[in-house]
Amino acid sequence: MAMTLDLSRWQFGITTVFHFLFVPLTIGLALLLAIMQTASYRTRDDAVKHENWEGMTRFWRRLFLINFAVGVVTGIVQEFQFGMNWSVYSRYVGSVFGAPLAVEALLAFFLESTFLGIWIFGRGRVSARVHLASIWLVSIGTMLSALFILAANAWMQHPVGYKVVGNRAVMTNFWAVMTNSTLIGSFLHVLFSAIVTSTMLLIGVSAWHLLKDRRAGRTPQRVFATSAKLALVVGAIAIVATLFFGDNQARVMERQQPMKMAAAEAIYNTQNGASFSLLTIGDLSGNPIFQIRLPHMLSVLADNDWNGSVQGINQIQTSETAKYGAGNYKPILWVTYWTFRIMVGCGILMLLLLAAGLWLMRRRRLEDSPWFLRVSVFAIALPFIANTTGWIFTEMGRQPWVVYGLLKTSVAVSHIGTGYVLTSLIGFTAIYSLLAVIDFGLMTRFARGEGDVDEHDEPEPEPGSDRVPALIY
Amino acid sequence: MSLILASAAPAYTGFEVFWFVIIAILWAGYFVLEGFDFGIGIMLGVLGHGDELDRRVLINTIGPVWDGNEVWLLVAGGATFAAFPNWYATLFSGFYLPLFLILAALIFRGVAFEFRAKRAFPAWRLAWDNAIFWGSLLPALLWGVAFANILRGVPIGANFNYLGSFFNLLNPYSLLGGVTTLLLFSLHGAIFASLKTTGDLRARASRTAMFLAPVATAAMVAFLAWTYVNAHNAHNTGLVPPFVPILALAAVAVVGWLLREKLEGWAFVAMAVGLICLVATIFLNLYPRVMVSSISPAYSLTINNAASAPYTLKVMTIVALIFTPLVLVYQGWTYWVFRARVQRPVEGEPDALEEPGPLPESPEPVAAANPEQSSAAESEVS
Repeated sequence: MAMTLDLSRWQFGITTVFHFLFVPLTIGLALLLAIMQTASYRTRDDAVKHENWEGMTRFWRRLFLINFAVGVVTGIVQEFQFGMNWSVYSRYVGSVFGAPLAVEALLAFFLESTFLGIWIFGRGRVSARVHLASIWLVSIGTMLSALFILAANAWMQHPVGYKVVGNRAVMTNFWAVMTNSTLIGSFLHVLFSAIVTSTMLLIGVSAWHLLKDRRAGRTPQRVFATSAKLALVVGAIAIVATLFFGDNQARVMERQQPMKMAAAEAIYNTQNGASFSLLTIGDLSGNPIFQIRLPHMLSVLADNDWNGSVQGINQIQTSETAKYGAGNYKPILWVTYWTFRIMVGCGILMLLLLAAGLWLMRRRRLEDSPWFLRVSVFAIALPFIANTTGWIFTEMGRQPWVVYGLLKTSVAVSHIGTGYVLTSLIGFTAIYSLLAVIDFGLMTRFARGEGDVDEHDEPEPEPGSDRVPALIY
Repeated sequence: MSLILASAAPAYTGFEVFWFVIIAILWAGYFVLEGFDFGIGIMLGVLGHGDELDRRVLINTIGPVWDGNEVWLLVAGGATFAAFPNWYATLFSGFYLPLFLILAALIFRGVAFEFRAKRAFPAWRLAWDNAIFWGSLLPALLWGVAFANILRGVPIGANFNYLGSFFNLLNPYSLLGGVTTLLLFSLHGAIFASLKTTGDLRARASRTAMFLAPVATAAMVAFLAWTYVNAHNAHNTGLVPPFVPILALAAVAVVGWLLREKLEGWAFVAMAVGLICLVATIFLNLYPRVMVSSISPAYSLTINNAASAPYTLKVMTIVALIFTPLVLVYQGWTYWVFRARVQRPVEGEPDALEEPGPLPESPEPVAAANPEQSSAAESEVS
């Protein structure tokens, strides 16, 4: 059973982290494409501007669609693996947790998939206005999807609107579930970080093209210069919002899951005016070889108070034992400590980069700043690292609970043979690794503008001609 | 912490029946819609053999709609989770390996649609065509196996846990169920291809459908007869109004004749009726159970002991009543938008063209060579 539990946790972790590499890019790119296509539609009387926006839409949509496909198929697994590997959990929480999942499928998945079909194939068959509306509906669908799945997750972090009847949690207030204080911060944090993710991709890929143009002594391609500028503006707003709502989440977390906050900081004993540990070399248990700390910062972050009290791991362990019975209530410290630091660190690096980019843009030196362009290309990795470490922190920081204070992960797992789980773990890992290689290859290729676009792939739009669906696939 | 659920179900509200019906409708919709998607995938290996353009035309007949069709499955899964958590938990943990295989198939098939056109070299396209073919064939078979097992009964113990192994799921009745859905979906796909393509491909799709129709009918007869026998076993107590399976059989049986009369649109409708009635037969036979235990009738999961809390069902009912009509309207509308047939690109033209109207860049009305622009295509789907 212990083996089944470990393998199931690995499987959930691998499949979910992989799925979430694609999701934020889908959410962010859908919005950016909707903005680009709106600009293209509104400039339809100005040939030069229109062609520029149209070119942008055409270029980024290929990357969007490749990414979307992997996001969709890995999402199917998510819908079923609660039942497969976490059947005890599913029975316990189905009444509360299942509802947002079902609503997500009905409201969001139908919207996304149906209107994506219209958007990909409908050019020339529906009016330009309807075609534009379809990408906006896709974008709204992706955001609704995030809202409902995060409502389900927020309930695992901070259960509300339920009562325990017999041996299961029963929903008593759907509105409470959907307005969970944990949800508001996490939804906006995730939404804005998704937008940041897509803007970092736009900036990085555009930078690569602008650098290439610069080396070849060509005029920078307008499509990429505009893409980078759009992404800088949107990205700068989004990164500030991401950090703001992340900070808001930290405060909520200190109240609702004090152990997670303490574990993020590796604070062993309750202290007032706690300092924020920037990094530690050596042991986290209080005898580090080297560390950098910002005085009072943690108290300010968690409490908004210079001398606020931050609870320590040992004290929380004692109080949780008193509340929930004997057991270990500490998550794996090095995981929480480092994932939290990496996430925040990546966020701050992105903030600095976007600020620098905006400054260069104002000075009209963006295309002539090779150092900035070069850094931007590598910076594409930052949002993905931040997204991944952020989720690993959030989920592993909640351990040993799967539903905080209600249900432990160790009892939530299905009573199935280890052999089955091992088979599916190996299977999913192999399939996802293969997909990762293929997807990365295709994304890189199309990002460089080197995709095999044969004559059938990109039919030029012919407004007014009521033509058959072109052979797009 | 003991998590064994007390069988003491909450007070009976009637919402359980409603959600049982909704889930049956979702599966029926899934079988009808993704049924022809799977069929088109299988036809890739039958009709598209050896010709890249034919394969491409076939894929593009479902290009705009396959993803929306697959959402019916996700909604069925989500609705089962919320409305009947015990059903969701027992079914998917019990049918672990078949479900893993279905998911793996759907993963490869889904990305294949998007990826295959992204590179031009033949080995790449061949690999993704194979992914579409096997990724369609495997679920088409396995969904039948799964539903036959749900109805036939599997070893479910006192705590709703599945006590069998993978091999309990492979029995003659369930394999017959799998072959039946595989044949029905293949036939459904062939008919869809005959409705959505032109020329030689259309003719070959029609012939394939005519060949498959009697075979699928035979499988239906065998499966429904066996189901009928099962229904009178001691363990089985479900409702079996005889007209539903008879209608299912009659609808599939008449398809061959409709195809010979060139009434492909009606053949498609008949297939839809057949698939809906097949799912209805299974669910009526199950009612009020949702999974049959082969160990003891007392261990079967029912709409009562598997159900969620009445409040959850009520909230979900309100959401479903508001949004389902909306979803049906816009999904139906996309079928209207893409009602035209998909055609091979004409020599010298960049794309498949089909409307008879003259095109800006071509003085010749290329598409005029498409007289059989059928009204059947227009009437085929709602």
